[in-house]
Amino acid sequence: MPAIAIAALVAILPLFFPSGYYYRIGVLVLIFSLAVVGLNLLMGFAGQVSLGHAGFLGIGAYSVAIGPVHLGLPSWLSLLAGALLSGGIAFLVGRPILRLKGHYLAVATLGLGLLLAIVLTNEARWTGGPDGMSVPKLELFGWSVRGATAWYWVAGVTFVCGFVLALNLMDSPTGRALQAIHDSEIAARVLGIDVARKKLAIFVISAMYASVAGSFLALFNGYITPDAAGFLRSIELVAMVVLGGMGSIVGSLVGACVLVVLPQALTVFHDYEQALLGLVVMVFMIFLRQGIVPSIAGALAGRRK
Amino acid sequence: MILEAEQLSVSFGGVRAIDEVSLSIAAGQVFSIIGPNGSGKTTLFNLISGIYTPSHGCVRFAGETVTGLEPDRLARRGLSRTFQNLQIFSRMSVLENVMVGHHRHEDTGILADLLHWPSVRRQNAATREVALAALARVGLADDARRASGALAYGALKRLEIARALASDPKLLLLDEPAAGCNPVETQEVDRVIRSLVKDGITVMLVEHDMRLVMNISDRVLVLARGRTLAEGTPEQVRANPAVIEAYLGDHGSKEAARAFG
Ligand SMILES: Nc1ncnc2c1ncn2[C@@H]1O[C@H](COP(=O)(O)OP(=O)(O)OP(=O)(O)O)[C@@H](O)[C@H]1O
Ligand SMILES: [Mg+2]
Repeated sequence: MPAIAIAALVAILPLFFPSGYYYRIGVLVLIFSLAVVGLNLLMGFAGQVSLGHAGFLGIGAYSVAIGPVHLGLPSWLSLLAGALLSGGIAFLVGRPILRLKGHYLAVATLGLGLLLAIVLTNEARWTGGPDGMSVPKLELFGWSVRGATAWYWVAGVTFVCGFVLALNLMDSPTGRALQAIHDSEIAARVLGIDVARKKLAIFVISAMYASVAGSFLALFNGYITPDAAGFLRSIELVAMVVLGGMGSIVGSLVGACVLVVLPQALTVFHDYEQALLGLVVMVFMIFLRQGIVPSIAGALAGRRK
Repeated sequence: MILEAEQLSVSFGGVRAIDEVSLSIAAGQVFSIIGPNGSGKTTLFNLISGIYTPSHGCVRFAGETVTGLEPDRLARRGLSRTFQNLQIFSRMSVLENVMVGHHRHEDTGILADLLHWPSVRRQNAATREVALAALARVGLADDARRASGALAYGALKRLEIARALASDPKLLLLDEPAAGCNPVETQEVDRVIRSLVKDGITVMLVEHDMRLVMNISDRVLVLARGRTLAEGTPEQVRANPAVIEAYLGDHGSKEAARAFG
């Protein structure tokens, strides 16, 4: 049900777009939502924080640049290779890292993100260094994806797929195990759940979500710099998860929407844009402390009683 | 013997919380552990269920040595437990809590889970069935849809029992299932334990409610400061002077009042 509703929303929304500029914003919202859904699986459901997810975003982004430019691979294959590479790195690094808890895990993932960003900056021969590099257009079955309108549909379909996969996962043995781990690792263990393995699995999956989103971002913008993999981007993703609502897949869309749209809306305030953005986020968290979607859903449920 | 422990010991910061405790439990029995607060009952459960690794001694479960095995590996062999300080999955509903209990019998791959293949749908339905049956056994069938946070303390204790039952254990460790329960709820716990035994589940029980313990146990082990003080049938233990002494000593005067008063 929520899947159909979201698909309908994505399909109908463009009817209300007054200009092509709105398509551009829509694409960014959808792409970020995809990454945020993946991160929410890790943070909101399994209860494991990552402050380094932009690193995987960066891997995905540079894959679709380096693959076609340096290796002559088609973009879609580069995108898949990037997702596999991200998953592979998450698998290798996740094993030692995910033993850590809370703040220690946060700092370790922060380190992972910094490491990946520095590699992308320093390997200038491949990545263009701090200046970044341009990204060839995506070709799908001989169709070159250009312009915000076309991208809206490509990103929309991909986001809905990612959304549905996430919902599926939560309504499955793995999903229940992950939610159990969030609430009590000890109880999960004595019920036969291999906690380390489940955490690793969701870390890999969420890294792949971020990677695909990063690839799309690079392909859509046609250009990529190491900022895409930077610390601030990681924080932004975490903020989107928390603002929309930890453990709420719909909240991921809302959180991404707010943090993509708000800066655009606030540009009229010029120098105070960033300050106001910070203020709005703070106010949101003070009054909707469980995140936008769970707080509103809770309030509505309370009123019905 | 379904469970044998030999000379189990573990220390925390130089203090021996469990000191050379041995026990053996025949299948189908109710084996209770009593003792004053801090005597090491929960620590003994943690050693047996793999949460702590003993510094000495060994544990055999169903004929195989399992010393130092991870809790999840033990669970998959049929050992389950509840917790004295509740460990509820508080974000999940009552039913979902119990569904997690069935995890060790669920076999779907992560890819199937992501794609919601028919096998996952069948598994979800089967797991739900098992969970509902387990809830019915502890008298919580009507609360299945509720948020687990909405249940009262005594009901949460039984929810943990249902969750452990959904894993279909051979041996079930219950850590103070009747603590904080009113007499009616305690009666319910008594009834549940008896029904488990009838189904061939071996029960290890830690409980301060002496009436419950003496009524239901086949054997009772008394711990004091991490050591075995006495072991035997309820009658033997009740008549043991050392036990009465321990309960009347300054270490456990409150216990004594509750236990024998
Ligand atoms: N992880 C730990 N670290 C340090 N000390 C511990 C630990 N676990 C238990 N202890 C100590 O071991 C002793 C036994 O504690 P335990 O919880 O097993 O007692 P208990 O018999 O279950 O008591 P109660 O009846 O109050 O539940 C206590 O002195 C306790 O402080
Ligand atoms: Mg205890």
